[in-house]
Amino acid sequence: MLGLEKKDFRLLLIVIGLTLFAPFLLNPFPEGSEMAQFNAGYPDLMQRFVIFGIFAIGFNILFGLTGYLSFGHAAFLGAGSYGAVWMFKLLSMNVLPAIAISVVIAGLFSLLIGYISLRRSGIYFSILTLAFAQMSFALAYSVLTPITGGETGLQLALDDPRIFGAAQTASGNIPVPALFGLEMRSSYELELGSWLFTFNTGYYLAALFMVLSFYISIRIFRSPFGMMLRAIKSNQTRMSYTGLNSKPYTLAAFVISGMYAGLAGGLMASMDPLAGAERMQWTASGEVVLMTILGGAGTLIGPVLGAGMIKYFENIFSKINETILHGWFAFLPDGLENFVVAMIYPFIGKGWHLTLGLVFMMVVIFLPGGLVQGGQKIAALVRRKKPEDAKPNATEPAE
Amino acid sequence: MDQFILQILNGLDKGSAYALIALGLTLIFGTLGVVNFAHGALFMLGAFVAVTVSRLLTLSHKVVDETRTDFLGNPLQVDVPYIYDLFGQTTGDAIIDWAVPISIVVAIPVMVLIGFAMERGLIKHFYKRPHADQILVTFGLAIVIQEIVKYFYGANPIPTPAPDAFIGSFDFGVILGFDPNQIIYPYWRLVYFFFSVFIIGAVFAFLQFTTFGMVVRAGMADRETVGILGIDIDKRFTVMFGIAAAVAGLAGVMYAPINSPNYHMGMDFLVLSFVVVVVGGMGSLPGAVAAGFMLGVLESFASMSQVIDILPGINQIIIYLVAIIILLTRPRGLMGRKGVMEE
Repeated sequence: MLGLEKKDFRLLLIVIGLTLFAPFLLNPFPEGSEMAQFNAGYPDLMQRFVIFGIFAIGFNILFGLTGYLSFGHAAFLGAGSYGAVWMFKLLSMNVLPAIAISVVIAGLFSLLIGYISLRRSGIYFSILTLAFAQMSFALAYSVLTPITGGETGLQLALDDPRIFGAAQTASGNIPVPALFGLEMRSSYELELGSWLFTFNTGYYLAALFMVLSFYISIRIFRSPFGMMLRAIKSNQTRMSYTGLNSKPYTLAAFVISGMYAGLAGGLMASMDPLAGAERMQWTASGEVVLMTILGGAGTLIGPVLGAGMIKYFENIFSKINETILHGWFAFLPDGLENFVVAMIYPFIGKGWHLTLGLVFMMVVIFLPGGLVQGGQKIAALVRRKKPEDAKPNATEPAE
Repeated sequence: MDQFILQILNGLDKGSAYALIALGLTLIFGTLGVVNFAHGALFMLGAFVAVTVSRLLTLSHKVVDETRTDFLGNPLQVDVPYIYDLFGQTTGDAIIDWAVPISIVVAIPVMVLIGFAMERGLIKHFYKRPHADQILVTFGLAIVIQEIVKYFYGANPIPTPAPDAFIGSFDFGVILGFDPNQIIYPYWRLVYFFFSVFIIGAVFAFLQFTTFGMVVRAGMADRETVGILGIDIDKRFTVMFGIAAAVAGLAGVMYAPINSPNYHMGMDFLVLSFVVVVVGGMGSLPGAVAAGFMLGVLESFASMSQVIDILPGINQIIIYLVAIIILLTRPRGLMGRKGVMEE
């Protein structure tokens, strides 16, 4: 189906199903209950799941397939955001041109940076991309202020031209991003008993793009082009000895992943029409590295899982404070309760980064294939098969 | 002319910090072949050793001062540092004042131990793994160290002043025959510069003039042969890791008065130090030091208002720009050795 093998098609169907029913799946706990804080089914977070999913899928095409570790991908996401916001300012509040321009801008930008950076490989490549991203960040923050808004970020204003749309709404407000009149922030709320499900336009638009991106990424993984990229990862020297020039392939992978990042940036700006320089900082690039590795670099579904997990922890776990913890362990005797809370507290709430760092280290040390590999190992254990039997089904884990 | 000298001086102190961190990075890379993204965290830990020492020295207990009263007329309670009880008030004050230099003594063993623990506990298992894995695991470790420090010390910068004797500025202009107040330079930065020159000299002397250093240099050149000759090179490399950690830590201790330590200062320096290492040439110790000072001075020249008028924003990107140009034109960096980290 759709040019996919049966197994890949099933994976695509699963992803479509998950994104379609995410508002239900992410809200398993009734409103107002003790567990309601673990609900992730609100529009803002769901949008982030899919947008960062796109970002990570794109990063995986570069890192997972070719093994080139870029520490500068956030620059493309930032460039895409700026492009999209400028479209909102100049053209209209329709999201389609904005998203299109963000992909184009990020593509051109990554072509330039990729062309230069890919002259080196290994650690030098990482440093070069890092240097370019930090340069873009520094410039966006200072000199390019007329284009990027500098410290405050690029925002919409009432006196923007917006040639094909109204500069302001009838009530004198700044218009909101929309798809032919369908506002991105509009939601339909469904109440079933004590459950509340929110269906958000912006989320479904972003989810549509994510499913498309996922489909394209499967096609790339299974194509001869993808095979070439894998060949670069496993042995670039041998590949060049056979008379193949690897540069066009790596550059293509770099630009494709840059365009994915631009798409994510454009979508981010469509959900909330502002763009700031901090999106380009190298820590933001580090985040997508974390997502991809955590989920499983080189696997199809891994990056999406990693992105979802990190964003879930960032938004849900970081909200748990000491009072809530005391509530949970109230059944214990006082001294023990305080002890348990004191032991757990550093790892959650504001300290969730610590947990993230530890989990990430564990994954790099013990599970180079990420959570996907972990899942496969567990599945193999459950089925009481040797891991070797499960291997042929598995996609290649990372190095 | 005076502007020129001033910018060189300004560049030297930042350059010293870059050089010290880059020196440690190169030591680790040259000996163990590991790309250590947690090196910035070691620098940060050093700065927090200074914070901890100055806090320990000012630990105090309450004493009722009968001679003074608070606004309600009750006898006033005063905080008296324990150090007063031990040494008396004047000596105690002096010790507290000199907290940062005292921290150096504490920092060396602490940082060497942390370095040993890191190498034996984690890095050891990554020698045979690809560089990407080393980068990733040390990046994770850097996050963990940062968060632990943040948990204990909070997210805000903690001012850690230099001793009173070094507060204020030194008027260079007078010495060199310019008008007064043309070239003034804070004393502590001068101290920092000389300190780092001393440390760098000590590391080089250690490598150059001791038997231990000779073996390490031999190991850097050809690890296998040294191993075959019956020398336990791994043990020596572990020691070098400890030394590299101590160098980063000392750079951090002395930097605390210049820039109040906060938990993410390491990451800020790490990126730049990596650029410095790459510019200097992976695996070349003199290259790292030279590139550190060079980039520091270049950065301060680029921040001159005359330069910014011509090329706005150049001060923000000069280091990266230089790095990109050097990487593309001289693939091995300024003084890179042949055969180190070539693809």
